[in-house]
Amino acid sequence: MSVAHDERGTRVAAPAGLPRLLAGVRADGRPVTLEAHLRRYGPLPETRGRQSRSAFLGAVAASGLQGRGGAGFPTARKLEAVDAQRGTPVVVVNGVEGEPPSSKDKVLLAYLPHLVLDGAVLAASALGAREAIVAVGRTAHAAVADAIAERRRAHVAHGVTVRVVHAPERFVAGEETAVVSFLNGGPAKPTFTPPRPYERGVGGAPTLVQNPETLAHLALIARFGPSWFRAVGTRDEPGSVLVTLSGAVRRPGVLEVAIGTPLHELVAQAGGATAELSAFLIGGYFGSWLPAADALAAPLSNAGLAPLKGSLGARAIVALPAASCGLLETARITRYLAAESAGQCGPCVHGLAAISEDMVQIARRNDVAGARRVIERRLGQLEGRGACRHPDGTVRFVASALRVFAREVELHAVHGRCSGQAKQPVLPLPARRPDALR
Amino acid sequence: MSDVLRVNPIACDGHGLCAEIVPELIELDEWGYPIISGKPVPARLEKHAKRAVAACPALALQLVRTGPVT
Repeated sequence: MSVAHDERGTRVAAPAGLPRLLAGVRADGRPVTLEAHLRRYGPLPETRGRQSRSAFLGAVAASGLQGRGGAGFPTARKLEAVDAQRGTPVVVVNGVEGEPPSSKDKVLLAYLPHLVLDGAVLAASALGAREAIVAVGRTAHAAVADAIAERRRAHVAHGVTVRVVHAPERFVAGEETAVVSFLNGGPAKPTFTPPRPYERGVGGAPTLVQNPETLAHLALIARFGPSWFRAVGTRDEPGSVLVTLSGAVRRPGVLEVAIGTPLHELVAQAGGATAELSAFLIGGYFGSWLPAADALAAPLSNAGLAPLKGSLGARAIVALPAASCGLLETARITRYLAAESAGQCGPCVHGLAAISEDMVQIARRNDVAGARRVIERRLGQLEGRGACRHPDGTVRFVASALRVFAREVELHAVHGRCSGQAKQPVLPLPARRPDALR
Repeated sequence: MSDVLRVNPIACDGHGLCAEIVPELIELDEWGYPIISGKPVPARLEKHAKRAVAACPALALQLVRTGPVT
């Protein structure tokens, strides 16, 4: 199953090695056309009809693909959960990538829209859904709309109507219940569960919400099979992943690597570090800080990062130079995360505001010992107390800063000094005024 | 089969009545929002837990039946 066939029956070889997803990216930065896409990967396999449907679902299960949105849930189980519900399902492509250090989904949707749309159509067709909705922020909206029109003209519909919806690109707006709420005409804010979207989502229908990268992998698994997919990655975390690497590296950007690749290889692919590094933030703003030496040697997989209390999360990685103060960086982002609370849950509203002020005190060397005492207690109380994981993710991020930058905390507390020399912050914040949640 | 208390944090306004009724299972954080022990409600507290659920002005507190514990 590692060859696909194009319209004329010509065999299209499975992509050998890496990159798989990013192989088609054009040098001129324009989206890949449908024609070029089909020439590279071959036509979209059929997934409607009992036999082709079960072949597809079987291939997804055998591939071991895990969702690439951050939670890492097995894709086959998500498909099965939607499939087990009554009623005609809906497929949602969650292209709302509101996490400032992450741009891999925007890159996929803007440069390789057909790979993502293929996956959406395959999944929709297999589940008997008639509609797939692509929720996307402003960056990739035009590319997706053009790609949908291109497919309509070429009649590659597979019985699925695809449409694009412009959604607010805010941090919490990408949470799957927030996307569903927005598509249902409500605010782009998380909702209390159950029901989860797979039970009752868009228009009350069972809804498969998938990350664009997950769907792009599906498009290739359907063509080239699970063994091809598993040829890279680890046994428990198979395949390749897109990583957004930024901070003190020569060529920041989106890279595709096999899961399990040591971080130092990724940094080398990005042209190496531009300064002496003290730490890496791995997994975006719900992720963890890791000391640079440990992180560089670690394999980029959840199993590889677990002993260091890290995880891949959204696979946004930032390299922090030694001349920057990790506490100041963390305080800035914590204040942003507190401001990004949807404002619905008391523990999130009050708790994140409080730990963000504690972090600012620690970073500014203002009664560090006092702030240290209260922040520990507060961090211990917030987990699991919001409707979504916003408080949990923030707690994880802040706790990792206090752990990894413990010596810097001492320096601030005892000596009133700070090792930060850098004038420019490293961790990115959104450049423009945020979209309204509705 | 056992029951656990669960709060809908979006609906909860932090009135705090629940913690007065079953302090054994619910404490309040510094802003008055409930911190609920995730443990099953013991039989001796079941009546109180039900009263706490009934007393919540925001209808935010629930007793949720969890699957058979094996």
